[in-house]
Amino acid sequence: MKNSITAFGVGVLFAIGLGLSGMTQPQKVIGFLDLFGDWDPSLLFVMGGAVGVHFFAYRWSLQRTSPLFSLHWHIPNKKEITPSLIFGSLLFGVGWGIAGYCPGPSLTSLVTLSWQPILFVASMISGMYLYRLGARYGFF
Amino acid sequence: MSQWMMPLFGGVCIGVAASFMLFLNGRVTGVSGILNGVLVPRKGDTLWRFLFIVGLMVGGLFIQLLQPESFLNLTTTSPLGLIVAGLFVGFGTVMSGGCTSGHGICGISRLSVRSIVATGVFMAAGFLSVYIFKHLLMGYL
Repeated sequence: MKNSITAFGVGVLFAIGLGLSGMTQPQKVIGFLDLFGDWDPSLLFVMGGAVGVHFFAYRWSLQRTSPLFSLHWHIPNKKEITPSLIFGSLLFGVGWGIAGYCPGPSLTSLVTLSWQPILFVASMISGMYLYRLGARYGFF
Repeated sequence: MSQWMMPLFGGVCIGVAASFMLFLNGRVTGVSGILNGVLVPRKGDTLWRFLFIVGLMVGGLFIQLLQPESFLNLTTTSPLGLIVAGLFVGFGTVMSGGCTSGHGICGISRLSVRSIVATGVFMAAGFLSVYIFKHLLMGYL
């Protein structure tokens, strides 16, 4: 239960951060990705701010043997650079550039009830199911 | 206020949120992974994911009340473009095991080589994608 309450609070703060930072404005995101055009580098500061905080918080947290509300850490420990990692990231980047939405901001934007984020999120969820379907039949 | 102050402040909020998730629950705040886990529910591992996503929307409501211009700049991508983009983002993030939050923020903070490579690839692909779809195809998708 504590875990779920934490997750809810984290979601709220995370979304407020996305909104304040400009990540919920697809035109701004596309401007950030427009390296060969009229580049708007301001969104670099979003990653700078987030990583700047989390880099130290991660090291500080991991000094404990376990997190506060769980028996152990659930942190990915894979090391291999796989074709799935590369190809998946490539697809994600292309989609991100087409719409200007990545998963977090698209979900946050659903509250506008505009058709654009709704259509995007429905397609994104379909894409996730498609991957599962393909994986189940051994395609990847 | 200068152009980078709000992005930096918003980024700090995101970093603090991810740090709470780590310190309290011991988990990575990867939005695509959390959403993907809701799609195929497993006992004892679904409620927190679901509530995180509800939290994202409640946070969105706060933003709409306090700073509605955050949602004004909607995408100009066509319906077909949004469908293709959504499919690529959903499929690609599950295939690579992360998105801007999981690989880009949490993974880079851990200095995970996989996440650094993934972020480099999706950023480069994003630059290329905007170049192709915005400049070469003049927004025809």
